Amino acid sequence: MSPSGAEYIRKIKSEIAEVDPTAAHEQAGDGVAFVDVRETDEFDRGHVPGATHIPRGYLESRIDGAVPDRNQHVVLYCASGQRSALAAKTLEELGYEHVESMTGGFTLWKDRGYEFDVPRTLSAEQRERYSRHMLVPEIGPEGQQKLLDAKVLLLGAGGLGSPTALYLAAAGVGTIGIVDDDEVDLSNLQRQVIHTTDRIGTPKVDSAQEAMNAINPDVDVVKYQTRLDASNIMEIIEGYDVIVDGADNFPTRYLLNDATVRLKIPVVSASILGFDGQLSVFAPYQGPCYRCLYPTPPPAELAPSCGANGVLGVLPGTMGLLQATEVVKLIVGAGEPLIGRLLLYEALGATFTELKVRRDPDCPICSREPDEISDEEMGDFPDYEAFCAAAG
Amino acid sequence: MAVVRIPPVLRPSTDGAKEVDADGDNVGAVLRSLAHTHPSTESQLFADGGDLNRYVNVYLNDEDVRVLDGLDTPVGGSDILVILPAMAGG
Repeated sequence: MSPSGAEYIRKIKSEIAEVDPTAAHEQAGDGVAFVDVRETDEFDRGHVPGATHIPRGYLESRIDGAVPDRNQHVVLYCASGQRSALAAKTLEELGYEHVESMTGGFTLWKDRGYEFDVPRTLSAEQRERYSRHMLVPEIGPEGQQKLLDAKVLLLGAGGLGSPTALYLAAAGVGTIGIVDDDEVDLSNLQRQVIHTTDRIGTPKVDSAQEAMNAINPDVDVVKYQTRLDASNIMEIIEGYDVIVDGADNFPTRYLLNDATVRLKIPVVSASILGFDGQLSVFAPYQGPCYRCLYPTPPPAELAPSCGANGVLGVLPGTMGLLQATEVVKLIVGAGEPLIGRLLLYEALGATFTELKVRRDPDCPICSREPDEISDEEMGDFPDYEAFCAAAG
Repeated sequence: MAVVRIPPVLRPSTDGAKEVDADGDNVGAVLRSLAHTHPSTESQLFADGGDLNRYVNVYLNDEDVRVLDGLDTPVGGSDILVILPAMAGG
């Protein structure tokens, strides 16, 4: 007569080695490999710290990758010690020399008050939404979690800010702040693709929020319908992990530089005009700052705005997406960010040029400690008042 | 003979040319040669004392001439000078 399931498990248990959770706990850290053979949802609710997760059904196909050494001391556990007993039998048959099944499983481990990890996990909807990120080794679940935890501030919801906002929202950046005091105008729509014809006249921050949440309702959009100035900048930017500079004027760019150096916040900076774009990442004290590159802005006649001189509508798309790419790299810690390098794009010739940007040992801002930079000098530059008067 | 890349804001002063060939064995000489051929670039490149304007960045190939020898930096025949203005458009 065939044995019952319970009889079979009892028989297997009599043939394998078992270990009590207290003994297993004492051995933890002594080179013991804990293998959790429960299902994914059980593992995600809590597991022994450092345990490798191989669901029982995948044991034979995955154990070689997880524990290649047949002499490795392996402690298997499940919820109560039954599945792990069967798993232990399997590993013995595969030639593992020192395998134990933990009696009472994870339930008893927890009951005895031993430590356990509860991993932060993505919901089923998030796993599906970000599945193409999951497949990229440089991002994966950990990188996606970093993106979801990240806070990114966009300076401007205009040409550069539009594509950046859309793609960062799509990528799952959890908190995206937008600073813009403007309203959507018909002349914006040739390039500011986050806005729509039926939202002409609405504040850009509202229009941008609508588009971003339509793509990804998970994103917390924080709106600042104001113009960044010395009186509000520290309060607005503090707490953000990365700032995307798409400002349309020099005073704001210098002000942002000085404040971000004080707070040690990296800035992904781009600017556009006509068919030309520039891009760099300013990471305070790691690389040069904006003032190291440009100690002083050009006079107004040599620094026309897009409004005065025009810009190819596609160009802010190109440059804004390069910015968004740098933001994602900074957040997940992948690749080589564009720190200390300036990328020039010239659309008519379809050329990219890379220039070196050095830290200026005499930089009026980043050659000093953050707490030495005063409120009064933030955003100031030689001939500031004359510049602003000429710029109107 | 070096090649000087002209930024958009200076192209009205070079008859629209994006690149201009200019003679000179150092950065200063090449830029002076450019200013000689295209006189309206002079006030945009040089300050009254003959130094580069502070807002003008000049790169020899990919290196800022400020970290080399400035206007005295030697220039070879196959070198490219990039004149780089700050831009604020967004």
